[in-house]
Amino acid sequence: MLDLTHIKPYGDTLDDGIVQLAFTLPVELSGKAKEGARQLALQMGFEEASVVYAESLSTNFSFYVLYAKCAESIDLTQILVPEVELKLLSKQEVDETIQEKFQRKLTVIGACIESDAHTVGIDAIMNMKGYNGHKGLESYHEINALNLGAQVTCEEVIRKAYEVNADSILVSQVVTQKNIHITNLTKLADMLEAEGLRDKIVLVVGGPRISHELAKELGYDAGFGPNTYAEHVASFLVEELSRRQQE
Amino acid sequence: MNPKLHLDPVLIARGRELANHIVQRIQEQIETRTTVTVERSVLRLLGTDGVDQAEIPLVNSVVDRIRKAGGLGKGALYWVSNAILQLKLSPQQIAEGVAHGTIDLMSLPVSPKDEIQALALSLAEKALAQIKARREEREALQKQWGKGTEPLLYVIVATGNVYEDAIQAQAAARQGADIIAVIRTTGQSLLDYVPYGLTTTGFGGTFATQANFKILRQALDEVGQEVKRYIHLTNYCSGLCMPEIAAMGAMERLDVMLNDSMYGIIFRDINMQRTFVDQFFSRLINGYAGIIINTGEDNYLTTADAIESAHTVIASELINEQFAFRCGMREEQLGLGHAFEIDPKVQDGFLYELAHAQLVREIFPNHPIKYMPPTKYMTGNIFKGHVQDSLFNVCSIMTQQSIHLLGILTEAIHTPLMQDRYLSIESARYIFNTMRSLSEEISFRPEGFIQQRASHVLNEAVLFLENVEKIGLMDALERGWFADISRSPLGGKGLEGVINREPDYLNPFIPLILKGGRGCA
Repeated sequence: MLDLTHIKPYGDTLDDGIVQLAFTLPVELSGKAKEGARQLALQMGFEEASVVYAESLSTNFSFYVLYAKCAESIDLTQILVPEVELKLLSKQEVDETIQEKFQRKLTVIGACIESDAHTVGIDAIMNMKGYNGHKGLESYHEINALNLGAQVTCEEVIRKAYEVNADSILVSQVVTQKNIHITNLTKLADMLEAEGLRDKIVLVVGGPRISHELAKELGYDAGFGPNTYAEHVASFLVEELSRRQQE
Repeated sequence: MNPKLHLDPVLIARGRELANHIVQRIQEQIETRTTVTVERSVLRLLGTDGVDQAEIPLVNSVVDRIRKAGGLGKGALYWVSNAILQLKLSPQQIAEGVAHGTIDLMSLPVSPKDEIQALALSLAEKALAQIKARREEREALQKQWGKGTEPLLYVIVATGNVYEDAIQAQAAARQGADIIAVIRTTGQSLLDYVPYGLTTTGFGGTFATQANFKILRQALDEVGQEVKRYIHLTNYCSGLCMPEIAAMGAMERLDVMLNDSMYGIIFRDINMQRTFVDQFFSRLINGYAGIIINTGEDNYLTTADAIESAHTVIASELINEQFAFRCGMREEQLGLGHAFEIDPKVQDGFLYELAHAQLVREIFPNHPIKYMPPTKYMTGNIFKGHVQDSLFNVCSIMTQQSIHLLGILTEAIHTPLMQDRYLSIESARYIFNTMRSLSEEISFRPEGFIQQRASHVLNEAVLFLENVEKIGLMDALERGWFADISRSPLGGKGLEGVINREPDYLNPFIPLILKGGRGCA
């Protein structure tokens, strides 16, 4: 019987705990290094570790593939993950709700801020074409969507937000090496606060390494990770702005 | 290569002719202008280097002062040559004097014009002789060690620390890589100066600096000697300092440069008038240095749809080719880009990819075509990603691509780990070896899917070029015809750095390179 308080990895039998591992060691390939890789896996808390493949990558680097059994288990009943809670609306429902509740178009700015030059995420949400068959915000009748593109400074985002009287700012952060995204995101949130704009704007961040929890921590209203489309963001905007209107 | 698509040669010729007309109209404007970075690169070519106490490059100090005094239309070399004649100092000493405020270029007595011109010419000749020496050094090493077999394996290193990059690059070369591209730290493309010195803490890469170039060049020569294969070094000759990076790359013997005539305009929102002038001078230098340029058409397909917009790739390649020809570059230096970016869910998607890759190969038979791997539909499922990359490898060897940028299974997760790169190289070597002669055995069914698709895309590309020719390239860019992104001639970054040339504009590099360009490499 599956016990949610003791969940282990599944290979081909319940609770066998089987995991795949692959890593590189910064030493030349040798019998000693291979045995070292195996013992390292044991020290990681695995049992019955075996190196199934080892290869030299360069004079001083070697690569290992291992299988091992995980001795630990997790109690899923004790885990809480904050997620954006929302009623997902279709494009048409979003447009209808905006007409009904706000009687005006909503203005949304999108940008990859500061150092980030990767527009694939913001384009997927903002641009007419969208992504994977999900149309972007530009295609919504009741939304003015402005995609500012890549490497937009926080100052520029804020200037534009003033200029167009934005209801929301969508920020994309794709490059996360050395946590550069945290620095960028914090900067924008702080500057909006300092400008007195923070409460007037729904601030949303998206990206492959973004979670809702992280976004909330950084002072954003919502964070969206992979598999998010324009309708997710639009549904959230409509919900959040209606909530604020009622307050 | 044996042609398999039976393309209409008249149609291809028509495409080239249209691209030629399109580019000619821009070229006429280019030749009336210069930019701050063109002038800075002239000074760099004379050997001016270094920064002042505020970390501002000396070449920026000098060019900014000339510009503010309204003298840049004559060319920086005019003022510096005059200063050399008047003060009997080297270009470097003059730049230092200007930066420290001890020399005012504009208030010096003016030497006779013919003396200034003669000195400028001899300085340019000397600088070009040095670049030529680096080019000959490359040719000699390639002869001595040999080169990899096409498709050449191209990998990236992106640790953010130049010393770590060197280790990763050497490891990749030992595993079989032929070309190492050092990824540039995010944000450099929009800096209107080239940073100075070594980078050890970059984000997603290192700065393109002359010091970094030198370290990687040395590391790759070391490993090239060891593996008896010339290892090519690549960097980014794009952004607001295209020609300066070209100058640095020429001096440090880089081999490949990402250098597109329109990429900065479309994807970095750099002003188009600025980019057109900058790409011209950067390509003059790249061409003379024997560098292979890579163009960025693959990017169109990450923004627009790879099936619907396939023809814009061909059209842009033809435009890039014409711009490059005007800089004295040869076909063998033009690594025109395209990519394997069709949604994996599309039925017969691989057939579309095959048709496109073969089409590019046949329109550009002598060009070292650069083929880019899937990125847009990479998901984080590394196992599926490895299969997508394997199909890309198959398509590349079947259509005889020249420069093969390896897909990495961890695309969309992080910059490559050493083991990720190893797995990619291993897969490509396996596939290229096991299918080495496959393309010679293939012919496509007459009027079958692949032939029809290729001929359809070519038709559309020519039609597209007809339309661009009617309205002009700048207008087409403004209407968002490339990559669905719209840019205006007065918008974007860097327009303030574009200056009209005066009738006595002095830049002997341009005539010297054009004279000794195409034929000489």
